[in-house]
Amino acid sequence: MAGILIYSDQDRFGFELLTAARSIAEKTGAAVKAVSINNPGQAEALAGRGADTCRVEGGDIRLEDTAAVARVLKKTVEALDVDVVLLSSNRRGKELAGRLAQMLDAGCLTDVSALEVRSGRIECTRNALGGATVAVQAVTTPRKVIALAAKAFAAAPEGAGRISDLALDVKGSGIRLLESRTRAGDAVQIEVAPVLVVVGCGLENREDLAIVNRIAAALKGEVACSKPVATDRKWLSEDRVVGLSGKICKPELALLLGVSGQVQFMVGIRDAGTIVAVNRDENANVMQCADYVMTVDLNDILQELDDMLGGAAH
Amino acid sequence: MNIVVAMKQIPDLQQIRIRNRRPVMEDVPLTLGKIDRNALEEGLRIRESMGDDSRVIVVSAGTPDVEDTVKEALAAGADEAFIVVDDGAGVRESSVSAALLAEAVRRIGAVDMLLFGEGSGDNYSGQVGPRVAEILDLPQVGYAGRVEMDGRTARITRVLEECEETVEVELPVVVGILADINEPRIPSVTQILKAGKKRREIMDAADLAVETGKQRIETVSNLAPETSRRREPVKTCEALRTALEKEGFLGR
Ligand SMILES: Cc1cc2nc3c(=O)[nH]c(=O)nc-3n(C[C@H](O)[C@H](O)[C@H](O)COP(=O)(O)OP(=O)(O)OC[C@H]3O[C@@H](n4cnc5c(N)ncnc54)[C@H](O)[C@@H]3O)c2cc1C
Repeated sequence: MAGILIYSDQDRFGFELLTAARSIAEKTGAAVKAVSINNPGQAEALAGRGADTCRVEGGDIRLEDTAAVARVLKKTVEALDVDVVLLSSNRRGKELAGRLAQMLDAGCLTDVSALEVRSGRIECTRNALGGATVAVQAVTTPRKVIALAAKAFAAAPEGAGRISDLALDVKGSGIRLLESRTRAGDAVQIEVAPVLVVVGCGLENREDLAIVNRIAAALKGEVACSKPVATDRKWLSEDRVVGLSGKICKPELALLLGVSGQVQFMVGIRDAGTIVAVNRDENANVMQCADYVMTVDLNDILQELDDMLGGAAH
Repeated sequence: MNIVVAMKQIPDLQQIRIRNRRPVMEDVPLTLGKIDRNALEEGLRIRESMGDDSRVIVVSAGTPDVEDTVKEALAAGADEAFIVVDDGAGVRESSVSAALLAEAVRRIGAVDMLLFGEGSGDNYSGQVGPRVAEILDLPQVGYAGRVEMDGRTARITRVLEECEETVEVELPVVVGILADINEPRIPSVTQILKAGKKRREIMDAADLAVETGKQRIETVSNLAPETSRRREPVKTCEALRTALEKEGFLGR
């Protein structure tokens, strides 16, 4: 293996990719390199974690122009003699992965949650069949594009790296940025919370979220939700979505309130220590996947649950 | 304008059973990917907003039953379909799907907008759209939460984890559609009956200049995770509290 190149639009994912790249390099002897595109601050940050960082500065290459960013990466791959590209599996990273893979005639795996080098081959773990199964897959082409899920690896520690410049001539693809608005972020990190109280569409009244908040506080946990609660109803922020397109969580306790438990949701919570499911439908899928099952209408017990758990905690 | 919507035929995930940790795919019906239906709906909405003779054309690659699956899209309002059929032996790798779809799009001819779901319901890898964009040398905008047309200019809002960015791009363009962009319409009985008469162009994958045998991914294993949940019934809140107390989750 010649070289591994890491790239992410976000510094913190870059640090995780660095750890992943080093874990591959340890077994293969490949050189690890990082690249920043029109982002000198990021080059400094990556070098500050010990990365051999290539700084690309090119007039009209902008982050929102995925095709152009992919072209930069392709040229970097060629210039640095790289055969493995590690990207972050956030939305920008995933969007980039397929395009770059196509340019490199490479196989591509996204949402990879773990990787391991076996007999010189990088075996990647990712969910398949909507989360019903976990597949171990390897890219078989000489060049490989792998996008890693957030937090699959720890951030690389501080270190002293080098920065070099690479001059590339790449054209934009005609995408113009009109406006960029920061999304009202939610500081919550449900993927590391020890306790999650998760609401699904079975919670019928928005006002009841206040009770759910209290129950979560009593259990010293965070409130999370199924996807439609955030995307359709917009009751909670998308940062709180558990599942395939949300976050993969491993709390010690997960209390699931009115969640049906379809595969795409369960994949985000199945590694929880203890799962308690409250649902009025005894045949809901979630009831098959829980340690404690309570078949009841949430409207009838929410207040009592609050009194009971809150009371126990105080 | 020609609005092409790529739609994937996937197994109905609710009906997959697991035996000895292996997925049992026999007799699992095939259906259209859920997010692809949002892409279709967006295509229909754009067609309607144009108020001209714009057409929505579905492209799909799949097993011989893909024709039945695509009928659902025609019923929902698509004007015609270009379908690539192969023997459907097993799961087709994304790079091969992309090559087949791109070839189908080339046969349609002039394409102004090409819509994909943000990810397919089964693999959810999100790479087919970007791959097709690259093959056809088109710009791409993924994770679109809003698409507005102004003549030959598309104004698209891309919803990312930390920001929302609005970009402008001249057609033709490839757009990846977010699942929550719209609510797909349900076809009426008359529409379902009429769907059978809409134009369908069926191509055999073997006749296209695409190397379908070249796999770029090898699957080492694909197993359901081991689970052993107790499924202990809890009748009352009090019983739940006792259980949680016993496990040390209360009063910590
Ligand atoms: C590619 C793809 C990716 C996806 N990714 C995700 C993801 O990351 N996360 C995610 O959550 N979903 C995801 N989904 C959607 C997923 O398939 C389900 O649609 C979703 O999880 C359902 O959410 P829910 O269980 O809250 O709602 P529903 O399916 O509507 O279930 C509500 C449940 O509440 C119960 N209920 C209703 N009223 C009451 C009451 N009064 N008291 C008690 N129980 C009640 C019902 O019996 C039912 O079981 C994805 C789908 C696709 C296709």
